[in-house]
Amino acid sequence: MADRMAWRSTGTATTKFLKKIEKNWQLLVILFLPLCYYIIFHYAPMYGVLIAFKKFSARKGILASDWIGLKYFKKFLTDPYFYKLVRNTLMLNLLTLIFGFPAPILFALLLNEIKSNAFKRFVQTASYLPHFISTVVLCGMVVKFCEVKGLINDIFELLGGKRIGFLQDPKYFRTIFVLQHIWKSLGWNAIIYIAALTGIAPELYESAEIEGANRFQKIYYITLPGISPTIIMMLILRIGNLMNLGHEVVMLLYNSMLYETADIISTYVYRRGLVSGEYSYATAVGLVNSIVSLILVTAANAVSRRFSETSLW
Amino acid sequence: MLTFDQGKNKDIFNLINGLFMLIIVVIMLYPLYYVGIISISDSQQVAKGRVHWYPIKISFAAYERILTNGQFMHSFVNTLMYTGVGTTINLIMSSLCAYALSRKKLPLNRFFTLIIIFTMYFSGGMIPMYILVMNLGMIDTIWSLVLPGAISTYNMLVMRTFFVNVPEALHEAAEIDGASEFRKLVVLVLPLSMPVIATMVLFYAVDHWNSWFNAMIYLNTNSKYPLQLMVRNLVIEQNYGQYYSGVGREIEDSVAATTIQYAGIIVATLPILLLYPALQKYFVKGVMIGSVKG
Repeated sequence: MADRMAWRSTGTATTKFLKKIEKNWQLLVILFLPLCYYIIFHYAPMYGVLIAFKKFSARKGILASDWIGLKYFKKFLTDPYFYKLVRNTLMLNLLTLIFGFPAPILFALLLNEIKSNAFKRFVQTASYLPHFISTVVLCGMVVKFCEVKGLINDIFELLGGKRIGFLQDPKYFRTIFVLQHIWKSLGWNAIIYIAALTGIAPELYESAEIEGANRFQKIYYITLPGISPTIIMMLILRIGNLMNLGHEVVMLLYNSMLYETADIISTYVYRRGLVSGEYSYATAVGLVNSIVSLILVTAANAVSRRFSETSLW
Repeated sequence: MLTFDQGKNKDIFNLINGLFMLIIVVIMLYPLYYVGIISISDSQQVAKGRVHWYPIKISFAAYERILTNGQFMHSFVNTLMYTGVGTTINLIMSSLCAYALSRKKLPLNRFFTLIIIFTMYFSGGMIPMYILVMNLGMIDTIWSLVLPGAISTYNMLVMRTFFVNVPEALHEAAEIDGASEFRKLVVLVLPLSMPVIATMVLFYAVDHWNSWFNAMIYLNTNSKYPLQLMVRNLVIEQNYGQYYSGVGREIEDSVAATTIQYAGIIVATLPILLLYPALQKYFVKGVMIGSVKG
């Protein structure tokens, strides 16, 4: 007690801080390895972004390579292909958002109307099975099903249509991409809404019924407000990832015939950087992507902070 | 419970809704079922487009090609190893990080939390990461697969949320007994957090099991490939030459290609599907844990 009084009376902010370190050095030791991990595998690559402004030579290394300024950014931003890449990236992401985001909400609402608990559980369990299939297997199935002799064409023929090479024509790619996304994520993304639905007090429904509310009025006035915080939270999370969705999926599904609609910024970075070895140029392209997505997540967060209680930070 | 709108309208709605749910179940389950029946049907029948509802002339020839292929089986073992080593590293690193950040006493706690969360929203990108892995000499080694993702910041924050909930009184009691911070993590916090640890094991392990992209860019040697990369090469890149049975049987082999590809899909998916009934409730729990804001 006495020495605590002593440092309090003489202590400046610095000595307080040193005391805190002295008392809790063990926690710093525990944090040491994780901190090294973040410095090496997250902050070092951020420093590596410098090569976007340099003519990178593997022999000279990052530091010694010659500065080149904004040449690669100019090259990318004035390339007519830039427009196509941004359009494709935004289109795939927006379409997935527009169709993929409401789908699990709708599914949860409809599932909630099912009376039999056993049937409900069965439907729900079946619905999130696709989530457990790996990206490679999922895309493998899509590729096989979309072949001219594949399952989807079998169904089309049965319905009187003609057989089409779906993954040979750019105009089908966006539809395929969105549908595979919904198939994989519908049940999984619905889990959180289903949980939110069970959290709504049953008395609300009972009193609404006494008031004579019909099914849709109950959904509109009780259910939707009840799950709207969850919806908003998921929406911000989703918008924050707007530029990052599914480059692995695109890379597995696309081929050179589909670049018109399927080539997105990250697949382009991969091809120019790792396949053709243009490290500096590809890094510049990737940096443009990172900055845009950082702006998006900040904006989404600011908007939601303004209009609701929910925010990421 | 009966009110005005209950009656015929309600029955019709329930009927249509029930049917709709059944259709969803079929859409969710049929593709996998279809892959399964193709893989065990006779390849001639498959090529003629006859197999849709049940296997025809059941044959395990395709599985024989897959399971006797040395490289495919080797990739299976590789994946087990990458998953085991990777998940162990993930757990150790994530719990250390989550524990330190969960303690208010950690000097500069806010600063550390901030610089760690920042990495969720901004990264150097694919190419600087590749150059880094190259400079560290990790190309074509297991380390290129398990170290760059040693901590998933999202998972780690979920763990931290859980750790914070361990009552301060227990910490104080342990401190009176002379326990160090590390000892408290091992004997106090981890045992109390088993549900979240179990979920993390699942999340991390499934991520390793399913990963292929890092293996594709970082590994050069075929014998080190993980399972998913083999499946990609077989099904998507259509490199099935190595599964052929021999010279002079090319026609027969190309007929068999589809069944071999589907058998490969099943072999890669079956382990997860077998574990699925046992594990799915932990996964669902994990989603809920993750939704608690940190």
